Amino acid sequence: MTTGVIEGLPPDPILERREMVQRVARKTLDRRILVSKGMIGLCGIALLVGLVPLFAILYSLVAKGVHWWSLDFFTKTPQFPSLLDPNQIGGISNAIVGSLVIDGIAALFAIPIGIVAGLFLAESTSKFASLLRTTAEIMTGLPSILLGIFAYQMIVIGFDQWGIKLPGIGFSGIAGSFAIGILMIPIIMKASETALRGVPNTIREAGLALGARRGVVARRVIIPTAAPGLITAVLLAFSRAVGETAPILWVIGASTVVAWNPKKEMASMPLQIFQSATSPYVSLREEAWGIALLLVVVVLIVNLGSRLFAAWLQRERR
Amino acid sequence: MPEVPTSPSVAMSNPLLTENSKSFSVKSDWAHWSVLYGASGLFALICAVFLISIIVSSIPAWHHSGLSIIYGRVWSQGSNSFGALPIIAGTLATTAIALFFAIPIGIGSALAIVHVVPGRLRVFLSSLVELLAAVPSVVYGLWGLLVLAPWFEHTVEPDLANITGHRFPFQAPPEGVSLLLAGCVLFIMILPMIVALSRDAISIVAHDQFEGALSVGATKWQVIRKVVLPGARNGIVGAVTLATARALGETVAVAMVIGLNPLFPPSLFATASTLASTIALQFQDATPLQVAALGALALILMTMTAVVNWFGRRLVRGLAFRVGVI
Repeated sequence: MTTGVIEGLPPDPILERREMVQRVARKTLDRRILVSKGMIGLCGIALLVGLVPLFAILYSLVAKGVHWWSLDFFTKTPQFPSLLDPNQIGGISNAIVGSLVIDGIAALFAIPIGIVAGLFLAESTSKFASLLRTTAEIMTGLPSILLGIFAYQMIVIGFDQWGIKLPGIGFSGIAGSFAIGILMIPIIMKASETALRGVPNTIREAGLALGARRGVVARRVIIPTAAPGLITAVLLAFSRAVGETAPILWVIGASTVVAWNPKKEMASMPLQIFQSATSPYVSLREEAWGIALLLVVVVLIVNLGSRLFAAWLQRERR
Repeated sequence: MPEVPTSPSVAMSNPLLTENSKSFSVKSDWAHWSVLYGASGLFALICAVFLISIIVSSIPAWHHSGLSIIYGRVWSQGSNSFGALPIIAGTLATTAIALFFAIPIGIGSALAIVHVVPGRLRVFLSSLVELLAAVPSVVYGLWGLLVLAPWFEHTVEPDLANITGHRFPFQAPPEGVSLLLAGCVLFIMILPMIVALSRDAISIVAHDQFEGALSVGATKWQVIRKVVLPGARNGIVGAVTLATARALGETVAVAMVIGLNPLFPPSLFATASTLASTIALQFQDATPLQVAALGALALILMTMTAVVNWFGRRLVRGLAFRVGVI
C-alpha cells in the first residue's frame, strides 16, 4: 500500500522495512499475546507456590505455638518430663533472661563501634576505608557458626599461642555476647554508612562554614539528621542477632536455671528451640513451637517497629 | 564553585585564617579522626584475629591429614580419619537443590510482585517478604523437622520413588530427614531473600523504558524479557549469588533436618551432612584433634562463602543495603 510518494522513484527502503515489520508484528500478535499471558501467568503461579510454604510456616507457628503461652511458660524454669507426668516441662524463663542479657551486652558494645565505624566509612575516602567496607560486607555474609568457633577459641578455652596467653573463662554468657556482638558490628556499620551518606552535603558544609569542628558537625548535625536511619539500622541488626542460634550453640553452655550473671552458663531462646526440637520427649518438641512463636513475635515487633518508628520520625521532622 | 575548607591542608593554606584558628581546626580534626580510626581499627583488628584464630585452630588437622582433608572420603572420629569430600559434596548438593527451586520461583515471584500484582497488594507482599526474610533460621529448621519431615517420609519421597521407578538418585528407602529435605528447607529459607533483592533490582529499571517498549507494540512479556530482565540482570544475579552464600553456610536449619552422615549419601532420600552442620553437630564431644579438623572444615567453608559473597556484593552494589535481608 505504501509506495514512493513521487511516481517513478525507487521505493523507499525505510518504508518497505516498516511495512515488513508491521506485517510480521500483526501476524504474530495473537501468538505473542498468548505467550505473554502464559508467561505472566507462570510468574503469578510462582508467586503463589512461593507463598504457600511461607504461609504454612506462619500458620504452624500460630496454631501450634499460641496455646503454650501461659504464666508458667514465661516464669518457670524448664524441667525434664517424668514418666508419671510427661507434660510437666516447666517454662522458659531462663531462656528469656539469657537472651536479654546476652543480646543486651552484645548490643552495648556493638552499637557504638558499629555506628562510629559507619561514620568513618561515610566520611573517609582512604584506601583503608574501602578495604574496611569490603571486609564488613564479607563479614555480614559469613556463616555465623564461624563466629561461634571464634568465640569458643578466644573466650571459652582462651588463647595460648606465640607466648600470648589469655585465660579462657569457660562456657558463659559473655562468650555468647562476644559472638553476637561481632555479628552485629558489620551489619550496623554498613547500614549506618548508608544512613549517614544520606545526609545532604549542604548541611555538612553549612556546619563547617560556621566554624564548627568536624567532630562537632558529626555529633551535632550529621548524626541527629541521620537518626531515623541509624535507629532502623541498629534495631534491624538487633532483630537479626536475637534469632541467631549458630554462634551461641557451643559457647553459652545451656543452663537450666535463671542466670543473670553473664560470666556463668546461660540459656537463650533460639538455642532452647534447637534443643527442644531435637529432644526425644514429645512434649518438649511441641513446646519448641511456643518458644519459636515468642521469638518470631519479638523479631517481627522489633523489625516492624523500627520501620514504623523511622517513618514516624521522618514525618515529624518535615 | 568555591571550596569549603574541609581538610586540614586547605585550612592551613587559607590566608584568611589566623594562626590560632588554624591550629585549632587541625587539632580538632585530629581528635575526631582518632575516634573514627579507633573504632574502625578495632573492628579491623577483630576481623584479623578472627581469621588468624580459624586458621590457627585448624593447623593440627592439616599436619595430621594434609590435603586429604579436602579429597579424602572417610570421616571418622574413631580412626582419626578426616576426609571431607562427602561433606563438601553434601554442602554443594543441598545448595544446588535449594537453588533449583528458588531461582525460577524467586525471580517469577519478584516479577509478579512488580508487574502483575495491583498496587495495594504489592506493598503488602513486599513487606511480607521482607519480614519473612527476618524470621530466624532455627524456626525454618523447626518447621522442617516437625512438619515437613513426616510429610516427606510418608508422602513425598515414596511418591517420587514410584514416579521415577526407583532409579538413582531416588532409590533408597525414604527417611524423612534427608538430603532432599535439607535442600527444600534451604529453598524456603532463601526464597524471601531472592524475592526481596531481585524485586529491588526489577523495580529500579526505568519506567519510561518499560512504557517505551510497550508503546512500540511489544507485549508485556516481551518487555520483561528484552528490557526489564537485561536491565535488572546484575541485581538478580547478585541476589542469587548472595542467596547461594547463605545456603552454603546455613547451619542450624540444616543441622536439624539433614541427619549426621559423613559418607556419600546413596540417594536424595538418605541422610547426609554439610560443612556447617558437621561443625554444629560434632563440636560438642570432639577430641582436640577433631576440633582442629572441624576448624579445617570451617576454613573451607569460610573460603567458599567469602568468595561467593564477594562476587555477589559487587553485583548488588547499586542497590540499597537491606539489613535483615542480606
